[in-house]
Amino acid sequence: MAKVTFITNNNEAIVLEGTTGSVMALAVAHNVKGIDGDCGGVCSCATCHVHVKPEDMVKTGQASEIEMDMLELADNSNEYSRLCCRLELSDDLDGVVLTVAK
Amino acid sequence: MLHSKHNKKKCVIIGASHAGVNCAFALRKEGWQGEIILYDSDPELPYHRPPLSKTYLTSAPSDVLSPLKSADSYVREDIQLNLGLTVTAINAKEQNITLSNNTSQSYDTLVIATGARPIIPKIPGLADAKNVFQLRTAADVAGIRNALGSKPNKNVVVIGGGYIGLEIAASLKKIGASVTVLERENRILERVTAPEISDFFQTLHQKNGVDIFTHKNVTVVEKENNTVKVVCDDGSTFTADIIIVGVGIQVNTELAKQANIEIENGIKVDASARTSTKNIYALGDNTYHYNAHYKKYVRLESVQNAVDQAKVAAASICEKEVAYDTIPWFWSDQYDVKLQIVGLSNGYDNIVIRIEDKEQPCFSIWYFNGSVLLSVDAINNAKAYVMGTKFIKTNQLINKEKLADSSIEFKPANFITQ
Ligand SMILES: Cc1cc2nc3c(=O)[nH]c(=O)nc-3n(C[C@H](O)[C@H](O)[C@H](O)COP(=O)(O)OP(=O)(O)OC[C@H]3O[C@@H](n4cnc5c(N)ncnc54)[C@H](O)[C@@H]3O)c2cc1C
Ligand code: FES
Repeated sequence: MAKVTFITNNNEAIVLEGTTGSVMALAVAHNVKGIDGDCGGVCSCATCHVHVKPEDMVKTGQASEIEMDMLELADNSNEYSRLCCRLELSDDLDGVVLTVAK
Repeated sequence: MLHSKHNKKKCVIIGASHAGVNCAFALRKEGWQGEIILYDSDPELPYHRPPLSKTYLTSAPSDVLSPLKSADSYVREDIQLNLGLTVTAINAKEQNITLSNNTSQSYDTLVIATGARPIIPKIPGLADAKNVFQLRTAADVAGIRNALGSKPNKNVVVIGGGYIGLEIAASLKKIGASVTVLERENRILERVTAPEISDFFQTLHQKNGVDIFTHKNVTVVEKENNTVKVVCDDGSTFTADIIIVGVGIQVNTELAKQANIEIENGIKVDASARTSTKNIYALGDNTYHYNAHYKKYVRLESVQNAVDQAKVAAASICEKEVAYDTIPWFWSDQYDVKLQIVGLSNGYDNIVIRIEDKEQPCFSIWYFNGSVLLSVDAINNAKAYVMGTKFIKTNQLINKEKLADSSIEFKPANFITQ
Protein backbone atom coordinates (compact mmCIF):
# COMPACT_ATOMS: atom_id res chain seq x y z
CA MET A 1 0.00 0.00 0.00
CA ALA A 2 1.33 3.41 -0.90
CA LYS A 3 -0.01 6.86 -0.25
CA VAL A 4 0.94 9.20 -3.08
CA THR A 5 0.48 12.96 -3.07
CA PHE A 6 0.14 14.74 -6.43
CA ILE A 7 0.54 18.50 -6.58
CA THR A 8 -1.26 19.73 -9.68
CA ASN A 9 -0.47 22.78 -11.77
CA ASN A 10 -2.95 24.89 -9.83
CA ASN A 11 -1.27 23.86 -6.58
CA GLU A 12 -3.96 21.50 -5.47
CA ALA A 13 -2.71 18.52 -3.42
CA ILE A 14 -4.44 15.24 -4.26
CA VAL A 15 -3.70 12.33 -1.96
CA LEU A 16 -4.35 8.88 -3.40
CA GLU A 17 -3.74 5.35 -2.22
CA GLY A 18 -3.02 2.26 -4.24
CA THR A 19 -1.48 -1.18 -3.96
CA THR A 20 -0.75 -2.37 -7.50
CA GLY A 21 -0.15 -0.91 -10.91
CA SER A 22 1.74 2.20 -11.87
CA VAL A 23 1.55 5.64 -10.36
CA MET A 24 0.42 6.88 -13.81
CA ALA A 25 -2.56 4.49 -13.79
CA LEU A 26 -3.45 5.64 -10.27
CA ALA A 27 -3.36 9.28 -11.40
CA VAL A 28 -5.45 8.61 -14.53
CA ALA A 29 -8.01 6.62 -12.52
CA HIS A 30 -8.51 9.66 -10.32
CA ASN A 31 -8.39 12.26 -13.05
CA VAL A 32 -5.23 14.01 -11.85
CA LYS A 33 -4.93 16.84 -14.36
CA GLY A 34 -1.75 16.96 -16.38
CA ILE A 35 -1.10 13.22 -16.32
CA ASP A 36 -2.45 11.92 -19.60
CA GLY A 37 -0.67 8.60 -20.05
CA ASP A 38 -1.31 8.65 -23.79
CA CYS A 39 0.80 5.57 -24.56
CA GLY A 40 -0.90 3.52 -21.87
CA GLY A 41 2.22 3.32 -19.74
CA VAL A 42 4.96 1.93 -21.95
CA CYS A 43 7.43 4.81 -21.75
CA SER A 44 6.67 6.00 -25.28
CA CYS A 45 4.89 9.33 -24.87
CA ALA A 46 6.34 11.30 -21.94
CA THR A 47 2.86 12.59 -20.96
CA CYS A 48 3.17 11.26 -17.41
CA HIS A 49 6.00 13.55 -16.31
CA VAL A 50 6.30 14.41 -12.61
CA HIS A 51 8.90 16.08 -10.40
CA VAL A 52 9.70 14.07 -7.30
CA LYS A 53 10.12 16.05 -4.10
CA PRO A 54 13.92 16.05 -3.72
CA GLU A 55 13.97 14.28 -0.36
CA ASP A 56 11.67 11.59 -1.78
CA MET A 57 14.12 10.59 -4.50
CA VAL A 58 15.26 7.78 -2.18
CA LYS A 59 11.79 6.28 -2.49
CA THR A 60 11.55 6.51 -6.27
CA GLY A 61 15.15 6.14 -7.33
CA GLN A 62 16.58 7.76 -10.44
CA ALA A 63 15.08 7.55 -13.89
CA SER A 64 16.26 4.62 -16.02
CA GLU A 65 18.25 5.22 -19.20
CA ILE A 66 15.28 5.04 -21.61
CA GLU A 67 13.25 7.20 -19.26
CA MET A 68 16.04 9.76 -19.08
CA ASP A 69 16.17 9.85 -22.88
CA MET A 70 12.40 10.21 -23.21
CA LEU A 71 12.38 12.98 -20.60
CA GLU A 72 14.38 15.08 -23.00
CA LEU A 73 11.18 15.41 -25.02
CA ALA A 74 9.26 16.69 -22.01
CA ASP A 75 9.24 20.34 -21.08
CA ASN A 76 10.92 21.42 -17.84
CA SER A 77 12.66 18.17 -17.05
CA ASN A 78 15.35 18.19 -14.37
CA GLU A 79 17.18 15.80 -12.07
CA TYR A 80 14.00 15.16 -10.08
CA SER A 81 11.97 14.21 -13.14
CA ARG A 82 10.37 10.80 -13.56
CA LEU A 83 7.85 9.35 -15.98
CA CYS A 84 5.39 8.03 -13.45
CA CYS A 85 4.30 5.07 -15.59
CA ARG A 86 7.73 3.77 -14.59
CA LEU A 87 6.90 4.01 -10.88
CA GLU A 88 5.21 0.89 -9.57
CA LEU A 89 3.06 1.25 -6.49
CA SER A 90 4.63 -0.50 -3.51
CA ASP A 91 5.27 0.07 0.18
CA ASP A 92 8.58 1.70 -0.75
CA LEU A 93 6.77 4.58 -2.40
CA ASP A 94 4.54 5.29 0.59
CA GLY A 95 4.38 9.00 1.38
CA VAL A 96 5.97 10.19 -1.86
CA VAL A 97 5.12 13.70 -3.05
CA LEU A 98 5.02 14.27 -6.83
CA THR A 99 4.49 17.57 -8.60
CA VAL A 100 2.82 17.25 -11.98
CA ALA A 101 5.14 18.80 -14.56
CA LYS A 102 3.93 21.85 -16.46
CA MET B 1 -18.90 36.32 -19.15
CA LEU B 2 -16.23 33.90 -20.17
CA HIS B 3 -17.48 31.49 -22.83
CA SER B 4 -21.04 31.89 -21.62
CA LYS B 5 -22.16 31.96 -25.20
CA HIS B 6 -21.37 28.24 -25.34
CA ASN B 7 -23.90 27.60 -22.62
CA LYS B 8 -26.29 24.79 -23.45
CA LYS B 9 -24.69 24.27 -26.83
CA LYS B 10 -24.31 20.62 -27.70
CA CYS B 11 -21.16 18.98 -28.96
CA VAL B 12 -21.91 15.43 -30.05
CA ILE B 13 -19.01 13.05 -30.64
CA ILE B 14 -19.40 9.81 -32.61
CA GLY B 15 -16.82 7.28 -31.45
CA ALA B 16 -15.40 7.16 -27.92
CA SER B 17 -11.87 5.91 -28.38
CA HIS B 18 -8.47 7.65 -28.45
CA ALA B 19 -9.72 10.49 -30.65
CA GLY B 20 -13.27 10.99 -29.36
CA VAL B 21 -12.51 10.69 -25.65
CA ASN B 22 -9.49 12.97 -25.80
CA CYS B 23 -11.54 15.52 -27.69
CA ALA B 24 -14.25 15.44 -25.02
CA PHE B 25 -11.80 16.10 -22.19
CA ALA B 26 -9.88 18.68 -24.22
CA LEU B 27 -13.14 20.55 -24.83
CA ARG B 28 -13.61 21.00 -21.09
CA LYS B 29 -10.00 22.08 -20.73
CA GLU B 30 -10.54 24.68 -23.43
CA GLY B 31 -13.54 26.02 -21.54
CA TRP B 32 -16.50 24.51 -23.42
CA GLN B 33 -19.45 24.93 -21.10
CA GLY B 34 -22.13 23.29 -23.18
CA GLU B 35 -23.09 19.66 -23.24
CA ILE B 36 -20.67 16.99 -24.44
CA ILE B 37 -22.30 13.78 -25.61
CA LEU B 38 -20.22 10.76 -26.66
CA TYR B 39 -21.55 7.66 -28.43
CA ASP B 40 -19.83 4.37 -29.09
CA SER B 41 -21.08 0.99 -30.30
CA ASP B 42 -18.53 -0.72 -28.05
CA PRO B 43 -20.07 -1.45 -24.64
CA GLU B 44 -16.73 -1.30 -22.76
CA LEU B 45 -15.54 1.77 -20.87
CA PRO B 46 -13.20 3.32 -23.51
CA TYR B 47 -9.79 1.69 -23.33
CA HIS B 48 -6.29 1.89 -24.75
CA ARG B 49 -6.09 -0.14 -27.96
CA PRO B 50 -2.31 -0.67 -28.32
CA PRO B 51 -2.04 -3.07 -25.35
CA LEU B 52 -4.66 -5.36 -26.95
CA SER B 53 -2.05 -7.00 -29.17
CA LYS B 54 0.76 -6.60 -26.64
CA THR B 55 0.54 -6.99 -22.84
CA TYR B 56 -3.23 -7.44 -22.62
CA LEU B 57 -3.18 -10.52 -24.82
CA THR B 58 -0.60 -12.19 -22.58
CA SER B 59 -2.03 -11.13 -19.23
CA ALA B 60 -4.41 -13.18 -17.09
CA PRO B 61 -8.00 -13.28 -18.41
CA SER B 62 -9.07 -11.58 -15.19
CA ASP B 63 -6.87 -8.59 -16.02
CA VAL B 64 -8.81 -5.47 -16.79
CA LEU B 65 -8.43 -3.28 -19.84
CA SER B 66 -6.51 -0.02 -19.39
CA PRO B 67 -9.20 2.62 -19.42
CA LEU B 68 -8.45 5.87 -21.25
CA LYS B 69 -10.18 7.68 -18.37
CA SER B 70 -11.90 6.34 -15.27
CA ALA B 71 -15.70 6.11 -15.29
CA ASP B 72 -15.68 8.71 -12.58
CA SER B 73 -13.77 11.23 -14.71
CA TYR B 74 -16.61 11.44 -17.23
CA VAL B 75 -19.03 12.25 -14.43
CA ARG B 76 -16.71 14.82 -12.91
CA GLU B 77 -16.19 16.59 -16.22
CA ASP B 78 -19.88 16.36 -17.04
CA ILE B 79 -19.31 14.32 -20.19
CA GLN B 80 -22.21 12.09 -21.20
CA LEU B 81 -20.86 8.72 -22.23
CA ASN B 82 -23.34 6.55 -24.11
CA LEU B 83 -21.95 3.08 -24.74
CA GLY B 84 -23.45 0.26 -26.78
CA LEU B 85 -25.22 2.70 -29.08
CA THR B 86 -24.44 3.04 -32.78
CA VAL B 87 -25.00 6.20 -34.78
CA THR B 88 -26.80 5.19 -37.96
CA ALA B 89 -27.08 8.52 -39.81
CA ILE B 90 -25.92 12.12 -39.81
CA ASN B 91 -28.52 14.64 -40.93
CA ALA B 92 -26.33 17.64 -41.57
CA LYS B 93 -29.15 19.93 -42.71
CA GLU B 94 -31.21 19.43 -39.55
CA GLN B 95 -28.04 19.19 -37.43
CA ASN B 96 -28.97 15.91 -35.79
CA ILE B 97 -27.94 12.28 -35.78
CA THR B 98 -29.98 9.08 -35.73
CA LEU B 99 -29.15 6.29 -33.31
CA SER B 100 -29.54 2.49 -33.41
CA ASN B 101 -32.35 2.71 -30.84
CA ASN B 102 -34.31 4.85 -33.32
CA THR B 103 -33.94 8.03 -31.33
CA SER B 104 -32.21 11.12 -32.58
CA GLN B 105 -29.93 13.69 -31.02
CA SER B 106 -29.45 17.26 -32.14
CA TYR B 107 -26.07 18.99 -32.18
CA ASP B 108 -24.49 22.38 -32.60
CA THR B 109 -21.13 20.83 -33.31
CA LEU B 110 -20.58 17.25 -34.46
CA VAL B 111 -17.30 15.36 -34.21
CA ILE B 112 -16.80 12.21 -36.25
CA ALA B 113 -14.21 10.02 -34.51
CA THR B 114 -15.30 6.70 -35.92
CA GLY B 115 -11.80 5.34 -36.56
CA ALA B 116 -11.35 2.25 -38.62
CA ARG B 117 -12.07 -1.46 -38.74
CA PRO B 118 -9.96 -4.39 -39.90
CA ILE B 119 -10.15 -5.47 -43.52
CA ILE B 120 -11.31 -9.03 -43.94
CA PRO B 121 -10.00 -10.16 -47.33
CA LYS B 122 -12.33 -12.05 -49.63
CA ILE B 123 -10.60 -15.41 -49.38
CA PRO B 124 -12.94 -18.31 -50.18
CA GLY B 125 -13.73 -20.28 -47.03
CA LEU B 126 -12.43 -17.65 -44.63
CA ALA B 127 -15.79 -16.19 -43.71
CA ASP B 128 -17.27 -19.60 -42.83
CA ALA B 129 -14.24 -21.04 -41.05
CA LYS B 130 -14.36 -21.50 -37.30
CA ASN B 131 -12.08 -19.48 -35.03
CA VAL B 132 -11.19 -16.68 -37.40
CA PHE B 133 -10.41 -13.45 -35.60
CA GLN B 134 -9.41 -9.90 -36.23
CA LEU B 135 -7.98 -7.66 -33.52
CA ARG B 136 -9.34 -4.19 -32.97
CA THR B 137 -11.56 -4.42 -29.90
CA ALA B 138 -11.68 -5.90 -26.42
CA ALA B 139 -14.32 -8.33 -27.69
CA ASP B 140 -11.84 -9.58 -30.31
CA VAL B 141 -9.30 -10.37 -27.57
CA ALA B 142 -11.98 -12.15 -25.56
CA GLY B 143 -12.77 -14.26 -28.63
CA ILE B 144 -9.12 -15.19 -29.16
CA ARG B 145 -8.72 -16.07 -25.49
CA ASN B 146 -11.82 -18.18 -25.57
CA ALA B 147 -10.61 -20.08 -28.64
CA LEU B 148 -7.24 -20.69 -26.99
CA GLY B 149 -9.04 -22.08 -23.97
CA SER B 150 -7.08 -23.53 -21.09
CA LYS B 151 -4.54 -25.11 -23.42
CA PRO B 152 -2.95 -22.35 -25.43
CA ASN B 153 -0.65 -24.75 -27.35
CA LYS B 154 -2.77 -24.35 -30.46
CA ASN B 155 -1.70 -23.80 -34.05
CA VAL B 156 -2.25 -20.19 -34.90
CA VAL B 157 -1.86 -18.80 -38.40
CA VAL B 158 -1.57 -15.04 -38.60
CA ILE B 159 -2.37 -13.67 -42.06
CA GLY B 160 -0.43 -10.45 -42.53
CA GLY B 161 3.00 -9.39 -41.28
CA GLY B 162 2.32 -5.81 -40.26
CA TYR B 163 2.85 -4.38 -36.78
CA ILE B 164 -0.37 -5.73 -35.32
CA GLY B 165 0.07 -9.19 -36.85
CA LEU B 166 3.63 -9.40 -35.57
CA GLU B 167 2.71 -8.19 -32.10
CA ILE B 168 -0.06 -10.78 -31.90
CA ALA B 169 2.40 -13.45 -33.05
CA ALA B 170 4.87 -12.47 -30.32
CA SER B 171 2.18 -12.37 -27.64
CA LEU B 172 0.59 -15.69 -28.56
CA LYS B 173 4.00 -17.35 -28.76
CA LYS B 174 4.73 -16.09 -25.29
CA ILE B 175 1.68 -17.86 -23.88
CA GLY B 176 2.54 -21.14 -25.60
CA ALA B 177 0.89 -21.17 -29.01
CA SER B 178 2.60 -22.41 -32.19
CA VAL B 179 2.50 -19.40 -34.43
CA THR B 180 3.01 -19.02 -38.18
CA VAL B 181 2.87 -15.65 -39.92
CA LEU B 182 2.00 -15.56 -43.63
CA GLU B 183 2.98 -12.40 -45.50
CA ARG B 184 2.01 -11.79 -49.11
CA GLU B 185 4.80 -9.34 -49.93
CA ASN B 186 8.56 -9.83 -50.30
CA ARG B 187 9.12 -9.04 -46.66
CA ILE B 188 7.23 -8.28 -43.47
CA LEU B 189 6.54 -4.60 -42.73
CA GLU B 190 7.27 -3.91 -46.39
CA ARG B 191 5.06 -0.85 -46.69
CA VAL B 192 6.32 0.81 -43.53
CA THR B 193 10.03 0.27 -42.98
CA ALA B 194 13.40 -0.23 -44.62
CA PRO B 195 14.49 -3.81 -45.41
CA GLU B 196 16.94 -3.74 -42.49
CA ILE B 197 14.10 -3.41 -39.98
CA SER B 198 12.10 -6.13 -41.72
CA ASP B 199 15.12 -8.43 -41.55
CA PHE B 200 15.68 -7.63 -37.91
CA PHE B 201 12.11 -8.50 -36.96
CA GLN B 202 12.04 -11.59 -39.15
CA THR B 203 15.14 -12.90 -37.36
CA LEU B 204 13.81 -11.86 -33.96
CA HIS B 205 10.61 -13.83 -34.50
CA GLN B 206 12.41 -16.85 -35.84
CA LYS B 207 14.74 -16.85 -32.82
CA ASN B 208 11.69 -16.85 -30.62
CA GLY B 209 10.19 -19.80 -32.48
CA VAL B 210 7.63 -18.03 -34.66
CA ASP B 211 7.68 -19.12 -38.31
CA ILE B 212 7.44 -16.30 -40.81
CA PHE B 213 6.86 -17.00 -44.49
CA THR B 214 6.85 -14.28 -47.12
CA HIS B 215 5.44 -14.43 -50.67
CA LYS B 216 2.47 -16.30 -49.25
CA ASN B 217 -0.74 -15.24 -50.87
CA VAL B 218 -3.55 -17.11 -49.14
CA THR B 219 -6.04 -18.30 -51.77
CA VAL B 220 -8.44 -20.54 -49.90
CA VAL B 221 -9.27 -21.76 -46.41
CA GLU B 222 -10.58 -25.34 -46.21
CA LYS B 223 -12.29 -27.20 -43.39
CA GLU B 224 -10.37 -30.20 -42.11
CA ASN B 225 -12.03 -32.06 -39.21
CA ASN B 226 -11.62 -29.77 -36.22
CA THR B 227 -9.00 -27.57 -37.80
CA VAL B 228 -8.68 -25.62 -41.00
CA LYS B 229 -6.19 -25.76 -43.84
CA VAL B 230 -4.82 -22.47 -45.08
CA VAL B 231 -3.79 -22.83 -48.72
CA CYS B 232 -1.44 -20.42 -50.50
CA ASP B 233 -1.04 -19.72 -54.21
CA ASP B 234 2.29 -21.57 -54.35
CA GLY B 235 0.53 -24.74 -53.20
CA SER B 236 1.85 -24.67 -49.65
CA THR B 237 -0.62 -25.42 -46.84
CA PHE B 238 -0.72 -24.64 -43.13
CA THR B 239 -2.95 -26.27 -40.54
CA ALA B 240 -4.61 -23.93 -38.09
CA ASP B 241 -6.81 -24.14 -35.02
CA ILE B 242 -7.09 -20.40 -35.03
CA ILE B 243 -6.65 -17.85 -37.82
CA ILE B 244 -5.93 -14.22 -37.09
CA VAL B 245 -6.34 -11.73 -39.88
CA GLY B 246 -4.12 -8.67 -39.70
CA VAL B 247 -3.96 -7.31 -43.22
CA GLY B 248 -4.79 -3.70 -42.53
CA ILE B 249 -7.74 -1.47 -41.86
CA GLN B 250 -10.42 0.41 -43.68
CA VAL B 251 -11.68 3.71 -42.38
CA ASN B 252 -15.21 4.07 -41.07
CA THR B 253 -16.37 6.77 -43.44
CA GLU B 254 -19.85 5.49 -44.33
CA LEU B 255 -21.69 7.97 -42.11
CA ALA B 256 -19.71 10.88 -43.50
CA LYS B 257 -20.13 9.72 -47.06
CA GLN B 258 -23.87 9.39 -46.74
CA ALA B 259 -23.96 12.94 -45.34
CA ASN B 260 -22.06 14.15 -48.43
CA ILE B 261 -18.95 15.13 -46.49
CA GLU B 262 -15.86 15.23 -48.69
CA ILE B 263 -13.87 12.02 -48.59
CA GLU B 264 -10.49 11.29 -50.07
CA ASN B 265 -8.69 8.26 -48.65
CA GLY B 266 -10.38 9.27 -45.39
CA ILE B 267 -12.56 12.15 -44.26
CA LYS B 268 -10.85 15.25 -45.61
CA VAL B 269 -10.21 17.84 -42.91
CA ASP B 270 -8.39 21.16 -42.70
CA ALA B 271 -5.68 22.12 -40.21
CA SER B 272 -8.31 22.60 -37.50
CA ALA B 273 -9.90 19.19 -38.16
CA ARG B 274 -12.96 20.73 -39.87
CA THR B 275 -14.65 18.70 -42.58
CA SER B 276 -16.15 20.18 -45.74
CA THR B 277 -19.52 20.46 -43.96
CA LYS B 278 -20.31 23.29 -41.57
CA ASN B 279 -20.08 22.50 -37.84
CA ILE B 280 -18.77 19.00 -38.48
CA TYR B 281 -15.26 17.96 -37.46
CA ALA B 282 -13.43 14.68 -37.93
CA LEU B 283 -10.40 13.28 -36.10
CA GLY B 284 -8.19 10.27 -35.67
CA ASP B 285 -7.65 7.24 -37.86
CA ASN B 286 -10.51 8.17 -40.19
CA THR B 287 -9.08 11.50 -41.37
CA TYR B 288 -7.18 12.50 -44.44
CA HIS B 289 -5.39 15.56 -43.14
CA TYR B 290 -2.62 17.94 -44.03
CA ASN B 291 0.73 17.48 -42.35
CA ALA B 292 2.36 20.89 -42.23
CA HIS B 293 5.89 19.59 -41.71
CA TYR B 294 5.85 17.18 -44.64
CA LYS B 295 3.62 19.48 -46.68
CA LYS B 296 1.25 16.76 -47.82
CA TYR B 297 -2.04 15.10 -47.03
CA VAL B 298 -1.77 11.86 -45.07
CA ARG B 299 -3.89 9.31 -43.29
CA LEU B 300 -2.31 7.96 -40.13
CA GLU B 301 -3.12 5.11 -37.80
CA SER B 302 -1.67 6.14 -34.48
CA VAL B 303 -2.50 7.21 -30.96
CA GLN B 304 -0.41 10.35 -31.41
CA ASN B 305 -2.48 11.51 -34.36
CA ALA B 306 -5.77 10.75 -32.61
CA VAL B 307 -4.78 12.60 -29.43
CA ASP B 308 -3.15 15.61 -31.08
CA GLN B 309 -5.93 16.11 -33.61
CA ALA B 310 -8.45 15.85 -30.78
CA LYS B 311 -6.75 18.73 -28.96
CA VAL B 312 -6.63 20.89 -32.07
CA ALA B 313 -10.31 20.23 -32.82
CA ALA B 314 -11.31 21.04 -29.25
CA ALA B 315 -9.51 24.38 -29.39
CA SER B 316 -11.07 25.17 -32.73
CA ILE B 317 -14.56 24.27 -31.50
CA CYS B 318 -13.95 26.73 -28.65
CA GLU B 319 -13.08 29.35 -31.26
CA LYS B 320 -9.36 29.39 -30.59
CA GLU B 321 -7.43 29.01 -33.79
CA VAL B 322 -4.65 26.46 -33.62
CA ALA B 323 -3.34 24.55 -36.60
CA TYR B 324 -2.40 20.89 -36.52
CA ASP B 325 1.36 20.79 -36.87
CA THR B 326 3.09 17.78 -35.37
CA ILE B 327 5.75 15.27 -36.29
CA PRO B 328 4.01 11.89 -36.22
CA TRP B 329 5.31 9.23 -33.86
CA PHE B 330 4.53 5.59 -33.23
CA TRP B 331 5.80 2.61 -31.30
CA SER B 332 5.62 -1.17 -31.39
CA ASP B 333 6.64 -3.62 -28.64
CA GLN B 334 7.53 -7.19 -29.60
CA TYR B 335 9.17 -9.62 -27.14
CA ASP B 336 11.62 -7.41 -25.24
CA VAL B 337 12.27 -5.16 -28.21
CA LYS B 338 10.94 -1.65 -28.36
CA LEU B 339 10.63 0.02 -31.74
CA GLN B 340 10.02 3.76 -31.75
CA ILE B 341 9.35 5.65 -34.94
CA VAL B 342 9.33 9.38 -35.48
CA GLY B 343 8.45 11.10 -38.72
CA LEU B 344 7.18 9.80 -42.05
CA SER B 345 9.68 7.88 -44.13
CA ASN B 346 7.68 7.85 -47.39
CA GLY B 347 9.77 9.25 -50.20
CA TYR B 348 13.16 8.45 -48.69
CA ASP B 349 16.03 7.79 -51.09
CA ASN B 350 18.89 7.04 -48.71
CA ILE B 351 19.36 5.77 -45.19
CA VAL B 352 21.99 5.83 -42.49
CA ILE B 353 22.28 2.93 -40.08
CA ARG B 354 23.86 3.46 -36.72
CA ILE B 355 24.53 0.42 -34.55
CA GLU B 356 25.44 0.94 -30.90
CA ASP B 357 27.94 -1.35 -29.29
CA LYS B 358 25.71 -3.00 -26.69
CA GLU B 359 24.75 -6.47 -25.58
CA GLN B 360 21.10 -6.00 -26.47
CA PRO B 361 20.24 -5.05 -30.04
CA CYS B 362 20.35 -1.27 -30.09
CA PHE B 363 20.36 0.56 -33.39
CA SER B 364 18.63 3.19 -35.44
CA ILE B 365 17.77 3.77 -39.09
CA TRP B 366 17.72 7.34 -40.32
CA TYR B 367 15.68 7.96 -43.47
CA PHE B 368 16.67 10.85 -45.72
CA ASN B 369 15.48 12.42 -48.92
CA GLY B 370 18.74 13.81 -50.19
CA SER B 371 20.07 15.63 -47.16
CA VAL B 372 16.68 16.13 -45.51
CA LEU B 373 16.01 13.88 -42.53
CA LEU B 374 12.48 12.45 -42.83
CA SER B 375 12.17 9.82 -40.16
CA VAL B 376 13.97 7.61 -37.64
CA ASP B 377 13.27 4.01 -36.64
CA ALA B 378 14.90 3.31 -33.29
CA ILE B 379 15.29 -0.20 -31.93
CA ASN B 380 15.79 -0.23 -28.15
CA ASN B 381 17.23 3.21 -28.61
CA ALA B 382 15.19 6.04 -27.16
CA LYS B 383 18.21 8.32 -27.51
CA ALA B 384 18.05 8.05 -31.29
CA TYR B 385 14.31 8.53 -31.22
CA VAL B 386 14.57 11.69 -29.16
CA MET B 387 17.45 13.12 -31.16
CA GLY B 388 15.65 12.29 -34.40
CA THR B 389 12.54 14.08 -33.16
CA LYS B 390 14.51 17.23 -32.43
CA PHE B 391 16.46 17.14 -35.69
CA ILE B 392 13.32 16.63 -37.79
CA LYS B 393 11.49 19.43 -36.00
CA THR B 394 14.27 21.89 -36.68
CA ASN B 395 15.10 20.62 -40.19
CA GLN B 396 18.64 20.16 -38.95
CA LEU B 397 21.27 19.23 -41.52
CA ILE B 398 23.26 16.24 -40.35
CA ASN B 399 26.72 14.89 -40.99
CA LYS B 400 25.82 11.40 -42.13
CA GLU B 401 29.34 9.93 -41.94
CA LYS B 402 29.65 10.92 -38.32
CA LEU B 403 26.14 9.71 -37.54
CA ALA B 404 26.93 6.27 -38.95
CA ASP B 405 30.09 6.00 -36.86
CA SER B 406 29.10 4.57 -33.48
CA SER B 407 32.54 5.34 -32.03
CA ILE B 408 31.47 8.98 -32.11
CA GLU B 409 29.49 9.78 -29.00
CA PHE B 410 25.74 9.99 -29.51
CA LYS B 411 25.29 13.70 -28.89
CA PRO B 412 23.44 16.15 -31.14
CA ALA B 413 26.40 18.53 -31.28
CA ASN B 414 28.55 15.81 -32.84
CA PHE B 415 26.33 15.45 -35.91
CA ILE B 416 25.24 18.97 -36.69
CA THR B 417 26.49 20.57 -39.89
CA GLN B 418 25.76 24.08 -40.97
C1 LIG C 1 -4.22 -4.10 -31.71
C2 LIG C 1 -3.81 -2.69 -31.99
C3 LIG C 1 -2.54 -2.24 -31.63
C4 LIG C 1 -2.16 -0.92 -31.87
N1 LIG C 1 -0.92 -0.49 -31.47
C5 LIG C 1 -0.58 0.81 -31.62
C6 LIG C 1 0.66 1.30 -31.11
O1 LIG C 1 1.47 0.57 -30.56
N2 LIG C 1 0.92 2.63 -31.24
C7 LIG C 1 0.04 3.48 -31.82
O2 LIG C 1 0.32 4.69 -31.91
N3 LIG C 1 -1.13 3.04 -32.34
C8 LIG C 1 -1.46 1.73 -32.24
N4 LIG C 1 -2.66 1.28 -32.73
C9 LIG C 1 -3.52 2.22 -33.46
C10 LIG C 1 -4.38 3.03 -32.53
O3 LIG C 1 -5.04 2.21 -31.62
C11 LIG C 1 -5.36 3.84 -33.35
O4 LIG C 1 -4.63 4.74 -34.14
C12 LIG C 1 -6.35 4.59 -32.48
O5 LIG C 1 -7.15 3.71 -31.78
C13 LIG C 1 -7.20 5.54 -33.32
O6 LIG C 1 -8.17 6.13 -32.54
P1 LIG C 1 -9.55 6.62 -33.11
O7 LIG C 1 -10.31 7.11 -31.94
O8 LIG C 1 -9.31 7.50 -34.26
O9 LIG C 1 -10.26 5.35 -33.74
P2 LIG C 1 -10.71 3.97 -33.09
O10 LIG C 1 -9.82 3.61 -31.98
O11 LIG C 1 -10.89 3.03 -34.21
O12 LIG C 1 -12.13 4.29 -32.46
C14 LIG C 1 -13.27 4.55 -33.19
C15 LIG C 1 -14.47 4.27 -32.31
O13 LIG C 1 -15.64 4.66 -32.99
C16 LIG C 1 -16.66 3.74 -32.73
N5 LIG C 1 -17.62 3.85 -33.83
C17 LIG C 1 -17.38 3.70 -35.15
N6 LIG C 1 -18.51 3.92 -35.87
C18 LIG C 1 -19.48 4.20 -34.96
C19 LIG C 1 -20.87 4.52 -35.06
N7 LIG C 1 -21.46 4.60 -36.25
N8 LIG C 1 -21.56 4.73 -33.93
C20 LIG C 1 -20.96 4.67 -32.70
N9 LIG C 1 -19.65 4.38 -32.56
C21 LIG C 1 -18.92 4.15 -33.66
C22 LIG C 1 -15.94 2.41 -32.67
O14 LIG C 1 -16.68 1.48 -31.91
C23 LIG C 1 -14.63 2.80 -31.99
O15 LIG C 1 -14.67 2.63 -30.60
C24 LIG C 1 -3.07 -0.03 -32.51
C25 LIG C 1 -4.33 -0.50 -32.89
C26 LIG C 1 -4.72 -1.79 -32.64
C27 LIG C 1 -6.08 -2.25 -33.05
S1 FES D 1 2.41 6.94 -19.99
FE1 FES D 1 3.50 7.23 -21.84
S2 FES D 1 5.51 7.55 -21.09
FE2 FES D 1 4.41 7.19 -19.27
